[in-house]
Amino acid sequence: MTNSKMNVEHPRSRPWNDPKVRTLAFQTIAIAAVFWFGWALFQNTLNNMESRGISTGFGFLDQSAGFGIIMSLIPYDATMSYGRTFWVGLLNTLLVSAMGVVTATVLGFIIGVARLSSNWVVSKLALVYVETIRNIPLLLQIFFWYFAVLRSLPSPRMSVDMGGLVFLNNRGLYLPDPIAEPGFGWVTAAAVIAITATVVMQRWAKKRQLKTGQLFPSFRVGLAVVVGLPLLAYLATGGPVSWEIPALQGFNFGGGITIIPELAALWVALSLYTASFIAEIVRSGILSVSHGQTEAAGALGLRSGLTLRLVVIPQAMRVIIPPLTSQYLNLVKNSSLATAIGYPDLVAVFMGTTLNQTGQAVEVVAITMAVYLTISLVISFFMNIYNRAVALQER
Amino acid sequence: MPRPSELPPIKEIGAIGWMRKHLFSSWYNTVLTLVSVYLIVTLIGPLLNWVVFEATFAGSSSSDCKGEGACWLFIGQRLNFFIYGFYPDALQWRVDVMFGLLAVAFAPQFMERFPARKYFGLFGMTGLPLIGYFLIPGGWFGLEEVQSSKWGGLMLTLILAYVGILAALPLGTVLALGRRSDMPVIRGICVVFIEVWRAVPLITVLFMASVMLPLFLPEGMNFEKLMRALIGIILWQSAYMAEVVRGGLQAIPKGQYEAASALGLGYWKKMGLIVLPQALTLVIPGIVNTFIALFKDTTLVLIIGLFDILGAVQSTITDPAWQNVAIEGYVFVAFCFWVFCFGMSRYSQNLERKLDTGHKT
Repeated sequence: MTNSKMNVEHPRSRPWNDPKVRTLAFQTIAIAAVFWFGWALFQNTLNNMESRGISTGFGFLDQSAGFGIIMSLIPYDATMSYGRTFWVGLLNTLLVSAMGVVTATVLGFIIGVARLSSNWVVSKLALVYVETIRNIPLLLQIFFWYFAVLRSLPSPRMSVDMGGLVFLNNRGLYLPDPIAEPGFGWVTAAAVIAITATVVMQRWAKKRQLKTGQLFPSFRVGLAVVVGLPLLAYLATGGPVSWEIPALQGFNFGGGITIIPELAALWVALSLYTASFIAEIVRSGILSVSHGQTEAAGALGLRSGLTLRLVVIPQAMRVIIPPLTSQYLNLVKNSSLATAIGYPDLVAVFMGTTLNQTGQAVEVVAITMAVYLTISLVISFFMNIYNRAVALQER
Repeated sequence: MPRPSELPPIKEIGAIGWMRKHLFSSWYNTVLTLVSVYLIVTLIGPLLNWVVFEATFAGSSSSDCKGEGACWLFIGQRLNFFIYGFYPDALQWRVDVMFGLLAVAFAPQFMERFPARKYFGLFGMTGLPLIGYFLIPGGWFGLEEVQSSKWGGLMLTLILAYVGILAALPLGTVLALGRRSDMPVIRGICVVFIEVWRAVPLITVLFMASVMLPLFLPEGMNFEKLMRALIGIILWQSAYMAEVVRGGLQAIPKGQYEAASALGLGYWKKMGLIVLPQALTLVIPGIVNTFIALFKDTTLVLIIGLFDILGAVQSTITDPAWQNVAIEGYVFVAFCFWVFCFGMSRYSQNLERKLDTGHKT
């Protein structure tokens, strides 16, 4: 601390009373401390690894892994490398995160709107849902779905049969798998053309509206084009899709798409849990739009649907986006709880099995943390772009 | 003589009016109401049957659970394990004392008019952990020592969450001050520290604490598993705490900073006497919310092999002596967490309403 008496007698005479010198000194000390700390950690780690006979470096990524993974989006078998296990785990993490984000958003918006419903029963039900789910640990919910619900489903022979196409048992959910046959390219091409046409049309409609004030029903026309064109192509080429229907083979089902119970439990729990937080965000976002806005829209003669779409939602989105982003980030991070029930995500496969087999703790942990850091940065980056687009345009 | 004004029509007031307005205001609201009521009625019967009417409460072993309902007997039989873990029976009074002190310190916080409740809260943050530090592990003043590997259940959950938040608070405050510092190097270090910890999931932190921490330390120095988990939790939590405190610092009007400087206060006096007291009061709801999040997240320690309350229940469910008690176990844990978390969130909401002065800067 500065001594005020001295300051009066010798203004700025002592170097340690000069704020510039002091900041410089503090920062130099801080840098030195960080470097010393890092250096000490580095030396300790090197010494410890040497005494335990652990080699350093990323060479282990090319070695053969030798363990199987129950679910993989890319071809994988036990002879492939540890590097491959990283990609398998990462893709599984991204898969469950993406599925969770979509369902949690849809569910969260529905429940958030339901909480504001004028219908007393509906709003109270939504309230009970939110207050129950968000006050119970996610890991417990994952355990509940996995061990208590999915484990008590019937065995494959006694599967729940939904129309002979979808089967549900304690080994998972079995869905028919669409297989593209020759001619399917036309359907894909039609879909691409339809989407492009819709985007072009929407731009044109907006331009025309700004110029002449005439409205064009671009949403309805766009929907008709996007659905209709691929459907026409599908029918014209004679339905070039065949369905591989799961069937009981021996003790288990074969064919079709399998959603393993680990994935299902994690997906359900992540969606329900995150939805309860998103619901609150949506509610507060909608409440933040002042009543005067709705009244003004009514005074301008907008119908209630248009008021919602053109006045309330755009303003609510500004409040909703930033906390929604952090919920998405939380969901991605929470997907790492997969390791508790054995869903082969990045943490379970790479930080679990690979680390245990190779003992390369430092490298594996560093890679895993870097991946989560990257995912976080990428999601925040895109949400920031979106946020800037919907933010208040002050002129 | 003035005529009494006519009563509003019967359709608009009372129970009928309320129902017309809140349940049957339009055709789709009517449908929604009927569907929801139907769902509630069909679900609540079997649920009550399971929870109360057909449930087993008395008995001694799993063979007594014969009915269709829940086997609450299981919870009753293993309750000791769920609360204390492997803590020796004869020494459990020490944990009970801590539970009692915890209640004494924090129950007054829910009562608005309680005299001197601030000091009870202060005791909870200073004296209570100190007493716990001596009492729970023992080994002092002739108390028998209890290894941390024997701690478990609800007690461990509370210890992890409480120590985690208490240690993270000062660390987070320092980080928040650093992030708002004028010195670019200090700011940079704090930003990197906060953002890195916030970006990684707690599981990876716990894995790191249990696998990598022994590698980082000089030879001969090592911690128990619980201590390692705590270090991980504290570092991770301090980053979240820093963001909460930063919110408080930003909410303090600039005039307060300037007035403090005008009075000739240096940086530490300005922060310690003027800014932080205001900022920390302002962020109590935020701190409580982070505490709730951390409290729920402590369940993750079961993945690295500590027996918190969920870990204790999970290990009992797989015990062959008890069969098909998974749901009962999970419901019990869920109920415990729900009571704590719901209570705390109500507390923070009330506080938020009270602290909200209506003007934001």
